[in-house]
Amino acid sequence: MFIACLNNLPVPASPVASASTTPRSVKDLRLGETGTICCLKDPEMALKLLEMGCIPGTRVTLNGRAPLGCPITLHVDGEYTLSLRVSEAATIMLKE
Amino acid sequence: MARAAVAEPTPLVGPAASLTPGGAERHTRIALIGNPNSGKSSLFNQLTGLNQKVGNFPGVTVDRKTGSAQLTAQHRADILDLPGTYSLYPKSLDEKVITDLLYDRGASEYPDFVVVTVDASNLKRNLLLFTQLADLQLPMVLALNMMDTAEQHGIHVDVAELQQQLGVPIIPMNARKGVGVTALKIVMAQELGPPTQTFYEPSEELLPMIRQIRYYFNLHNDYLALHYAHQSERLRFLSADDRAYLAELKQQYHFDSIGLQAQETIDRYARISELLLDVVRVTRAEQNESYSNKIDRVLTHKVWGYLIFLAVLFLLFQAIFAWAQYPMDLLDQSVAWLSSQIKDAASGPLIDLLTDGILAGLGGVLMFIPQIALLFAFIAVLEESGYMARVTFMMDKIMRKFGLNGKSVVPLISGWACAVPAIMSTRTIENWKDRIITIFVTPLMSCSARIPVYTVLVALVVPDEKVLGIFNLQGVALMGLYLLGFVSAVLSAWVLKTMLRAKERSFFIMEFPVYRWPRWKNVGLTIIEKVKAFVFQAGKIIVAISVLLWVLASYGPGNALQQAEQHARTAATQQQLTAEQTENLVAAEKLESSYAGVFGRSIEPAVRPLGFDWKVSIALLTSFAAREVFVGTISTIYSVGQDADMSTVQEKLRAEKDDNGQPFFTPARAASLLVFYVFAMQCVSTLATTYRETKGWTWPVLQLVYMTGLAYVMSLLVYQLMK
Repeated sequence: MFIACLNNLPVPASPVASASTTPRSVKDLRLGETGTICCLKDPEMALKLLEMGCIPGTRVTLNGRAPLGCPITLHVDGEYTLSLRVSEAATIMLKE
Repeated sequence: MARAAVAEPTPLVGPAASLTPGGAERHTRIALIGNPNSGKSSLFNQLTGLNQKVGNFPGVTVDRKTGSAQLTAQHRADILDLPGTYSLYPKSLDEKVITDLLYDRGASEYPDFVVVTVDASNLKRNLLLFTQLADLQLPMVLALNMMDTAEQHGIHVDVAELQQQLGVPIIPMNARKGVGVTALKIVMAQELGPPTQTFYEPSEELLPMIRQIRYYFNLHNDYLALHYAHQSERLRFLSADDRAYLAELKQQYHFDSIGLQAQETIDRYARISELLLDVVRVTRAEQNESYSNKIDRVLTHKVWGYLIFLAVLFLLFQAIFAWAQYPMDLLDQSVAWLSSQIKDAASGPLIDLLTDGILAGLGGVLMFIPQIALLFAFIAVLEESGYMARVTFMMDKIMRKFGLNGKSVVPLISGWACAVPAIMSTRTIENWKDRIITIFVTPLMSCSARIPVYTVLVALVVPDEKVLGIFNLQGVALMGLYLLGFVSAVLSAWVLKTMLRAKERSFFIMEFPVYRWPRWKNVGLTIIEKVKAFVFQAGKIIVAISVLLWVLASYGPGNALQQAEQHARTAATQQQLTAEQTENLVAAEKLESSYAGVFGRSIEPAVRPLGFDWKVSIALLTSFAAREVFVGTISTIYSVGQDADMSTVQEKLRAEKDDNGQPFFTPARAASLLVFYVFAMQCVSTLATTYRETKGWTWPVLQLVYMTGLAYVMSLLVYQLMK
């Protein structure tokens, strides 16, 4: 499924109930909320995100937002914090 | 590149070739590599101390930092500090330097072994790069850094087990405090071998292709051959034929570079997570993280955050504007004293060259040292403490609108003091395009050298009155000039953003470091490095141009200068001038007939539409050495004498009449001249710094043409509209 995402194919949110909900991305997390990465949409961006530890299955928490709403900080796997732009966060899709 | 086809991999023995013929002293080449923020620079500083040199990597604008360390009495090591990177798949121009070096065993710089720095508090992500290096079968030692931070986070690393799992010697250390450096040196003095473990096997289908690449390039290792395929277009040392060969192979095997890289990274993380199960024990939740979070609640707060940042900027501005003034004056006076001592002791054209040419230029270089040192002391502290990442975080959205970057704020603000250190400080901007734009527009910020020009001319034409009862009109005009510079910088950035194509795709994503106390040793070494870089690289050009300008102002065609002096003395006798007035008149007439004067007269037709005459033209030319020279030149040319104070200069300017006997400096002329000084690139030091920072003449020349062109057009508009 990860590779399917890489090729920009539509993302099946879950094998059973895919039609009911639109897939969420890290951009949609509320402050302090934690989600699990399912896949990465933008192939080139994905390579950078993977290297920085945003591997499918990793748990990420929205740690903070800049005063103007962008960029955001993301706590990865309870280990370290990344800062990224909202447009970049939008390419990280979350599991239901 | 296709060497003799020997399929047998080269044996990986220790640095036998590094034995010097005499056999007495061993010499080893070592490359230092690691993630950003893994303490690599601290380790480099600990190993080399003051024995550091900064050069260039060939063909790219990346600093090449080398240093030497004495490992044992008979064993020296040359250490190369590679740019920080998260993997061996380069994402930026800086990172390409690493693959160019490590993938070409024929390179003269090829290291005997590598030291990999790994942040123990962040093992999983740091080990990604390590496993890639290990799979290249490079001889190496692992510096397991930040053991103290890991312990504070409750992360306990079983070093013996990790060493077993990774198959390389590991030195636990704390480079910031120097803990473990001795142990590391002892291991570095040994013959190191490649790791005994491998971490990733390329898939079966790729093996035939890999075999062919290995055979063609005579490579010792499968993983290296795989990287030749991935990076066939990026590796500098490959020839066009090599690239074509690789491209053909890739097509034949349907090589999907992005998909394979992604899968490789995922596989590596899976392998690392598995091996860390037996190595790392976490006892308590991240306490340190939350303390950084608490600080952030204030420092990145939507009100307090910006206020505190403003206060930091204010302090920085004070430092380079006001505090730097004392050592600068001291340097200025010392150079002047030395110059007068030499002049008293001897005279002649060579002495004049030495004092007014070389020494003046050297003084011009040394004058910048206090500002550079103070600015970089600030920047090093901001970087080391982790605050710079917060600045970027808070300012990114605003700055991005204009093609700038969150990190452009500090260089731009520093530009109000002086563009030279400001341009040097753009080093912190990783993205090439953002950095070039910042360098390009920084000199439009009104620097302190423009102040003397502004004050003289503003006072000349703007009445010293109050508007609305509180604001001084001259102050308002001065602020207007600053704003004009600032607005033009921002607009130019925006224009450049739309015109410039990015060399690489830029990602903002970066690590958000925890707050830490800065290490003063690192701060000190940064200051020394920056001052040295400026003095030795930009300084040469500044001295050369200063000498050139001196020649232009002191020599004229034929015996024009002698004639001018005679003429002036005759006129002085007729008018019965005092000795001092005579000397001033002589100086004025000599400058008028010098090459600078000839040049000023020859460009007069071009600047006449701006309202300038040949006298102003000469001042524009000499201002090129530094803007503040304007006042000195104007004083000489209106025969006021070099040391006249401001009010004398102003009186003289006010008394200056045009051809029709009307005052020459009308508001229109003064405004036009002011606008010209706001925009024009009249600073050799800035151009020399841009040359150094962009490693080429393209950008300094564009800067000169753009800014001077802008100045011309704006002055023309102002003068023609106000006339």
